[in-house]
Amino acid sequence: MGYGRLLKIDPVVVEWNYNIEYRHSYAEDSPFFMALGRGRLLGSKCKSCGFKYGTYRKYCMYCGSETDDIELPLHGKVHSFTTCYYSGETFRGDVPYTLVLVEFPGVDSLFMSRLFINSGEKPEIGMDIVAQFKKFQTFTVNDVYFVPA
Amino acid sequence: MADNQRKVYMIAGGVTPFKKINFNDDFRLNVKHSLDYALKDSGMKTEDIDGSVSAYFSDHLQGQLIAGAMSNDFIGLAGKPSKRIEGGGATGGLAFQTAYEEIASGTMDTCLAYGFENMSHVGTWRGNDIIALGSDASFDYPLGGFYTAYYALMATRHMYEFGTTEKQMAMVSVKNHGNAMHNPYAQAPMDITVEDVLKSPVVSSPIKMLDICLMSDGAACAILASEEVAKSVSGKPVLIKSIGSSSDTMRLADRPFGKVPLLPNENDSMYRDLKYPGVHSFRAGRLAARMAYRKAGITSPEKEIDFAELYDAYTSAEIQAYEDMGFCPYGQGGKFVEDGRSMLDGDIPVNMEGGLQASGHAIGATGIMQAVYAFWQLQETVHKHLGSNRLQVKNPQRGLIHSHAGTGAYEAVTIMEAV
Repeated sequence: MGYGRLLKIDPVVVEWNYNIEYRHSYAEDSPFFMALGRGRLLGSKCKSCGFKYGTYRKYCMYCGSETDDIELPLHGKVHSFTTCYYSGETFRGDVPYTLVLVEFPGVDSLFMSRLFINSGEKPEIGMDIVAQFKKFQTFTVNDVYFVPA
Repeated sequence: MADNQRKVYMIAGGVTPFKKINFNDDFRLNVKHSLDYALKDSGMKTEDIDGSVSAYFSDHLQGQLIAGAMSNDFIGLAGKPSKRIEGGGATGGLAFQTAYEEIASGTMDTCLAYGFENMSHVGTWRGNDIIALGSDASFDYPLGGFYTAYYALMATRHMYEFGTTEKQMAMVSVKNHGNAMHNPYAQAPMDITVEDVLKSPVVSSPIKMLDICLMSDGAACAILASEEVAKSVSGKPVLIKSIGSSSDTMRLADRPFGKVPLLPNENDSMYRDLKYPGVHSFRAGRLAARMAYRKAGITSPEKEIDFAELYDAYTSAEIQAYEDMGFCPYGQGGKFVEDGRSMLDGDIPVNMEGGLQASGHAIGATGIMQAVYAFWQLQETVHKHLGSNRLQVKNPQRGLIHSHAGTGAYEAVTIMEAV
């Protein structure tokens, strides 16, 4: 915030920069993000009802019980996809990019990720894909991504 | 849930024109404009209002926290009870329902629900970012996730499951932009063709620029009242017959693959092989509709609803909503629009004033804007408020309004009836 830059008068419009340093904690989800740096993709299995989550969570949303970490298979299939030609401001330099929902064999829910494919290739539902891991960890969910198997 | 509550009526409403940019009126003045219209139309005064519910989605878009309190003192309601409701795109719809609860519970005899948003104060790309923070900030947003992409993932799967086409989606856009040609409050009235929509730039495949709602500056308000008050004001009150709401997981990836919760006009055999909701449908919308239908005694929504204001943030979402509301079975939403059943002269006209696509989407105002348009329809006063009868549904007895947050993380469905 602070002092604004005058954009126009009648009405008076000023523009100010709105930046904040925000400390985002992954808290109980931290083991998932740490594991990505070791080339491991973690999901969760409910200790009580056995539901297997493709996206890591520490407590089961069906019965409230704690979950165990499970190793997800690195191979999966495209459940749905979209290629983004526009985005939020933060990812403007990344377009176009493809997002997929990944289904894993024997796992009850999905995982969202980016899919990298060669130009000329088209994503499709049911496509076999495999997880890859970033060489230098960013400590974001982008540390894992998928490519065609 | 308890059904022994007081009857609730809508007795007045107002909207501002929705605009891409409106630097001349801040959110407070927009609220005042909509309220002044409603007061003048009903012959009421500010002192007749017992309290208020304010609706706005994002503190970032307003550049102001506790903006509801600022609006309250601007319109002369300081000193009266008030609360803010926030629920993403369902903010206005949920605030309207909260005002309903204030009356139904006997807490107030008249309650103002007002909503606003100033979306033009950031650029579109930045606006996408701010709205995307309404998705999981650890797992979804950092991927470059934003709402067009999330709805596109749902649309892709809907097309795969049911054979819905981009052409059918485009028909929704043509309908809603065309309807808006007769609405002086609408932001983007357009006489366009299916080809125009299909040729517009792809934002996130399969969703194109003309499949997407607008970002708007604007406000809307609704005054709700008890039966006793409703009888005492000029103008024709409209009964709010029932409200329904529900919720779902924030992350699309967490949506289960279970059984379809059936509406009263459906049976198990219709969906034997359908894994639900997956990412193809909005479970919370269906559950909200089911709750509202049960309370209203509606058993055949496809016959008993005369018109609907559906949440067409994307054309795909309107098609999905036809199915979630039970206007047609799952898988037939594309055909529903293709057959003209949601057109002005169709079985259930949908988004007669242009919807979010063309009338506009000032997020906190949107659900209340829907209520105002439904109110005018059921009063049969569209000519008075919009300047012509072109958008008036013939002899409407019952309307439905519907809005959702996120990819259906919250949903609100309200049934309104002529009296």
